[in-house]
Amino acid sequence: MAEKVLMKGNEALGEAALRAGCRHFFGYPITPQTELSAYLSKNMPKVGGTFLQAESEVAAINMVLGAGATGVRAMTSSSSPGISLKSEGISYLAGSDVPCVIINVQRGGPGLGSIQPSQADYWQATKATGHGDFQLLVFAPSTVQEMADYVSIAFDTAEKYRVPAMILSDGMMGQMMEPVCFPDNAEVKMVEKPWAACGHENKRPHNIVNSLFIEAQELEKIVVERYKRYETIKANEQRAESYLTEDADIVLVAYGASSRVARSAVDAAREMGIKAGLVRPITLWPFPVNALEATVATAKQYLVVEMSMGQMVEDVQLVIGRRKPVSFYGRTGGIIPTPEEVLEQIKKLAGKEA
Amino acid sequence: MAVVFEKPHALTDAPFHYCPGCTHGIVHRLVAEVLDELGVEGNAVGVASVGCSVFSYNYFNCDMVQAPHGRAQAVATGIKRAKPQDVVFTYQGDGDLAAIGTCETVHAATRGENITVIFINNAIYGMTGGQMAPTSLPGQITQTTPYGRDVAQAGYPIRMCEMLSTLDGVALAQRCTVDNVKHVNETKKAIKKAFQNQLDGKGYSIVEVVSTCPTNWGLSPADAIKWMQDNMLPYYPLGVYKDTAKSCAPTAEGGAEA
Repeated sequence: MAEKVLMKGNEALGEAALRAGCRHFFGYPITPQTELSAYLSKNMPKVGGTFLQAESEVAAINMVLGAGATGVRAMTSSSSPGISLKSEGISYLAGSDVPCVIINVQRGGPGLGSIQPSQADYWQATKATGHGDFQLLVFAPSTVQEMADYVSIAFDTAEKYRVPAMILSDGMMGQMMEPVCFPDNAEVKMVEKPWAACGHENKRPHNIVNSLFIEAQELEKIVVERYKRYETIKANEQRAESYLTEDADIVLVAYGASSRVARSAVDAAREMGIKAGLVRPITLWPFPVNALEATVATAKQYLVVEMSMGQMVEDVQLVIGRRKPVSFYGRTGGIIPTPEEVLEQIKKLAGKEA
Repeated sequence: MAVVFEKPHALTDAPFHYCPGCTHGIVHRLVAEVLDELGVEGNAVGVASVGCSVFSYNYFNCDMVQAPHGRAQAVATGIKRAKPQDVVFTYQGDGDLAAIGTCETVHAATRGENITVIFINNAIYGMTGGQMAPTSLPGQITQTTPYGRDVAQAGYPIRMCEMLSTLDGVALAQRCTVDNVKHVNETKKAIKKAFQNQLDGKGYSIVEVVSTCPTNWGLSPADAIKWMQDNMLPYYPLGVYKDTAKSCAPTAEGGAEA
């Protein structure tokens, strides 16, 4: 097993990108993803790759579109306001079936908001990253180790389905340090990309990487085909961690930074004799319906914890429906809830139940 | 039967959708002839921009990528950085290159991005039905300047070659037109140089072609050429604005290469 190193989450994302065979990074400065760009500006040239600081987020995502269209592994990173700017390009990437990885190290919003950690871009990531009918693969790591692990998973999955992938992180995950272990000589699985626009070398008809289909019938056909791929993704790619859910009366649902807080609160509740558990979505799209569904028979109620005014809670409600009560607790604007605050919520719910 | 005239290999068999008298057809052919003559179709990647020329991805026989409005040169940057051995070009209109894409244009140029930019300036938005372009002339009547472009309210037209020629990253900035055989030949020579510069690693090359839009100008093809000569060429003088292969001051009609 490889040696453990102490790294910031943002740096781990950068190192993982290099190890995943990403040699093309296009970015624009923004807090709190700074360490990622800094890491790649230093280390990308050492492996003969391209680190390019673009003139804008808009340009950076379109550079990803160009590089990705040739078939290479391309990545960009930003934080919330920057992702809004990238949304045009993300829609084109999705509409052109160009795989890539987009990092969002979320901060408080809306507008310029704050630079503290937030999870208020859940809707943007999972429902409306740009105009048109499309989805992104969305991964939500909750440790620095997962920040490292999910970069190559994101590239692999994006390429498998020709769907852009996002790693939805936040300022806490990006800036905190934890031990992380990179596997020795991990194999990079580069898939064939016969669709890539990289020069036909007079050996095949020209490839066109394109999102324009002026005939409505043709566009509908292409979108419907893409949604069939989405159905396959929903069936095969859901990921979640279930913690102490088997006998839990109160099941918390939280991802990323807030899932760490929720886990501490679950442990504290258990010490008090309250049977709490946690479902931690790792993929936010596809939403891990199966992991939640597995708890419905035994759970008495749900508590969704987010660093927002309540966004993922709607997806939990969609799965649970009226079968069990679903409550929400959130802090926003860059505030990280404390385990004590969450424990208070659990205690209240347990009290109601009694 | 003896073949006396052929279309370039770098053009597909798809019939152009362009209006009668539109100069896109001429410029497409010139680009394709240059790709043929340089023998680079097989490693060329073109970037189609939003506007009338978006369907150029159906016309050029090389690999093509369609870019969001204004972003062609950012997309081209990504392609060129990923595949430095590829020959990468954009084909853009005035709205795309000089309004919504000004930022991407200026920064690709100042980075000295080793790409070739073909810029069609016909002083109007064609695809959307004839709105004011960044290059529409003072007083020009368009759908969105029905009383004529009032510079006090709508500002002045932008001269891209002049502006870009101030940037260190630019290898070639040349303005041409295709209103007669002599000018068509000059334009082809400029386009060829713009591609040769890329093969030689010289950096950013832009060829602006002052063009017509008979449909949206409301003129016959012949009258459109005349209107362009009488009104656009005085505002947009032809010439070589920058050519790092030679020391050149901006020159009048025909330029240093004419």
